[in-house]
Amino acid sequence: MVAIEMSDVTVRFTVPRERVRTFKEFAINWLRGRLVYEELLALSRVSLTIRRGETVGIIGRNGAGKSTLLKVIARVLRPTGGSVAVLGRVAPLLELGAGFDPELSGRENIFLNGAILGRSRREMVRRLPGIVEFAELEAFLDAPVRTYSSGMVARLGFAIATDVEPDILLVDEVLAVGDIEFQQKCLERMRGFRARGATLVLVSHSPETVLGLCDRALWFDAGRVAADGPAREVVEAYVSPKVPQPAHAVS
Amino acid sequence: MLTPLREIIQYRSLLRDLVVRDLKVRYKRSALGIAWTMLNPLLMMVVFTVVFARFLRFPIAHFTVYFLCAFLLWNFVSQTTSWSTACFLGYAPLIRKIYVPKTVLILSTVFSGLVNLLLALVPLALIMVLVGHPFTAKLAFIPIPLILTTLFALGLSLFLAPLCVMFTDIGQIYQVLLVAWMYLTPIFYPVEIVPSDYRILVDANPMTYFVEAFRAPIYRGVLPDGPTMIGATVFAVASLVIGWTLFQRYSERIAYYV
Repeated sequence: MVAIEMSDVTVRFTVPRERVRTFKEFAINWLRGRLVYEELLALSRVSLTIRRGETVGIIGRNGAGKSTLLKVIARVLRPTGGSVAVLGRVAPLLELGAGFDPELSGRENIFLNGAILGRSRREMVRRLPGIVEFAELEAFLDAPVRTYSSGMVARLGFAIATDVEPDILLVDEVLAVGDIEFQQKCLERMRGFRARGATLVLVSHSPETVLGLCDRALWFDAGRVAADGPAREVVEAYVSPKVPQPAHAVS
Repeated sequence: MLTPLREIIQYRSLLRDLVVRDLKVRYKRSALGIAWTMLNPLLMMVVFTVVFARFLRFPIAHFTVYFLCAFLLWNFVSQTTSWSTACFLGYAPLIRKIYVPKTVLILSTVFSGLVNLLLALVPLALIMVLVGHPFTAKLAFIPIPLILTTLFALGLSLFLAPLCVMFTDIGQIYQVLLVAWMYLTPIFYPVEIVPSDYRILVDANPMTYFVEAFRAPIYRGVLPDGPTMIGATVFAVASLVIGWTLFQRYSERIAYYV
């Protein structure tokens, strides 16, 4: 069964050569016929299919389009061209603690974050104890989040986003924060999802993380899929200094 | 058309949480807290009453009531639409990271403005008691102008918000326009004092109709007349239809600009 299907997905940012952010500048430049845009192709006609239960690691250099791909799957960005179909409940871990309000308490933020993910208040009341236990924040629950350390924010964010059993888990380099013990706890939970048949799409610069969690890897380069195949082969090709630019895909 | 409506229902918890958070955060660090929603109009009213009833000597009985009911309604529209110009930039960290229906974000600013307005009706009632202004059964009509004004403010907010993401100085221009707009609305002067040459400016102003529809039951103890209600309804519906249509067309692009 297919979990994520993309065909000819293009994401194009139009960046004015000289940054025009005000209406005045826009009007002046438009009158002079001087509106020059540069196009930045973050994703260029990407087609791929990810089946249910697959674990896919996305690797590539900075700016290759890895995070953009996750944003498209998470519906943060609607592609400029092409089509995307995502089947199942998505848990987006693009940035832990995105959407937290520093002025509100940990408890209030749990409800706010749940609401941002489209969950009802009743559901969150039921889930509160489990989230607090996993994040190990019982003692700080009623303190404002601005007093939390970045590790505590990450723990809370991870706990909320993964408290619902997801069909598709999107992870973008979020495990770099938090102490080793908590990282292990997160990895364990993610392996649990995987064992129960969830699809995992993970962006990472760490070959070990990709090899440890993923069976398949996609190498992105300049907004295109440069290689797609078993994780070990693709990662080896990627880290190998002998082949800086692959001419064609690894089978 | 249907998807955004379905999403509003799915994300109703978010809508409520954003409104509550707005009220909480706005006053959290001030000593008097939420009491400011009620104190603010009272203090503004003192200023305007001194200037217009004492200095300029407008011959209007119970000027405080005449002024305050219109001013509160104006405040609601000007506040919510101003907030909407900064709405998406304020939520930028969220919009860049997580999918949220954009309509819900705008709805939340309009609703928190509405809650502020409802709270500010308490000091209005207090003033009416103090100056001995009569309370009539016609007060039961005020939900109607309130709903129409809310729809108008929502439509205008939906129109302004995406525009301000693409051109950040629209927000500044709008602040200037708001001042002109306030003076063109019969808030602290009666429509009759406007010279006939300029009357068209006041008649073409949507706020004239909302203010009059809201003021008639409160100040005059009567129902608003037919032309007022027709004007208010037409402007409310037109604003909502235009705002909603443009918003659905451009809201998908917002994440690219913030």
